[in-house]
Amino acid sequence: MIISIASGKGGTGKTTVAASLASIIPESVYLDCDVEEPNGHLLLKPEFNSEERVEKNLPEINRDKCTFCGKCLEVCEFNALINLGSEIILFEEMCHSCGACVHFCPSKIITEISKEIGIIRKGIADGNVLFVDGVLNIGEVSVPPLIKEVKKNIVESKLNIIDSPPGTSCSMLEAVRESDFCILVTESTPFGLNDLKLAVDVLKTIKVPFGVVINKYAKSFIQMEKYLFNNGIEVLLKIEFDRRFAEAYSEGILPLNKYPELKAGFIELHQKIMKKMEIEKIG
Amino acid sequence: MSNQDKSDKSDKIAVTSTGGSMDAILSEQFGRCQYFLIVDPGTMKFEAFSNLGEQMQSGAGPKAAELIISKGAKVLITGHVGDKAAEVLNKGGIKIIDGYKGTIKIKDAVQLYLSK
Repeated sequence: MIISIASGKGGTGKTTVAASLASIIPESVYLDCDVEEPNGHLLLKPEFNSEERVEKNLPEINRDKCTFCGKCLEVCEFNALINLGSEIILFEEMCHSCGACVHFCPSKIITEISKEIGIIRKGIADGNVLFVDGVLNIGEVSVPPLIKEVKKNIVESKLNIIDSPPGTSCSMLEAVRESDFCILVTESTPFGLNDLKLAVDVLKTIKVPFGVVINKYAKSFIQMEKYLFNNGIEVLLKIEFDRRFAEAYSEGILPLNKYPELKAGFIELHQKIMKKMEIEKIG
Repeated sequence: MSNQDKSDKSDKIAVTSTGGSMDAILSEQFGRCQYFLIVDPGTMKFEAFSNLGEQMQSGAGPKAAELIISKGAKVLITGHVGDKAAEVLNKGGIKIIDGYKGTIKIKDAVQLYLSK
């Protein structure tokens, strides 16, 4: 089973919610897919025991044997190759490593070389939580391929918690697709609502069931209440705004570790989702 | 004016355009303009090419650069060129004249360049 945590808006508390769930569910797997700024490790404090390089393939053209026929450019869906007649230029950041140029080169003079895009780290948190995160190299644009590598560590027999990147672009889609359920973390503000709507549209399009957690809840924001009501979206949990929680977080402490009264809400959140999943299965 | 400069002014000029004639308005966009006009400054005769890059998801700039290099232009008059496109243009030996505004007609832009 896979539960992903996404938001649209950044800074709503995805990592706090994801890490809290991981910490109250024994034997769970936490996967930080926010590879551009992975920070789940700051709250879960895993003991890392392995690190592996993730690479992407890039074409390398044998200049001496190239006839500049242009077939490689013709089959490149992403315009990563440019033919100057005396040289083929590769724009690495535009290459999606599809291998079409290699496959279709009539002279068979294109080979694939690999380039590191980031690393995957694994460890154990809280004694029994399998912790995995991806760390993208600075300046690298191949975000979805690294997220895919992180997701290869999903353990089917366990509960997997995916911490998604913010936004609603390719990287968020890659993180949340194939989830059994997605928790959208938002805040009761116009900014939270604006981006929540975008995330809801994405999840409806890719048909992932979802519910909402409102974090830092201080007072009702009527437009949000209306939106949620009119669209039949369930609020699974409201986490009250409390300065003490914010202070714990700012010190790198998972708030529920310092304030155990928060645990009940997350246990209930987990139970609600499990129940929804059961209904979904029967339906 | 040196001999080198004189020979420059006889080179074919590519101009980014919103239409397929010399009376059309210049396009400030390079990779995503509607048309490229390749102008022979000696005769002021031109060829117009519609830009396939207008609908491309990515890589429109470098592709446009590739096109004008393949058409034998040596000078490009436009509004703004992105980094990737500029890299291709530089490698292809194209002189980039940018900063033109999308208010000028192609023929006037070419004349302005030639008069400088």
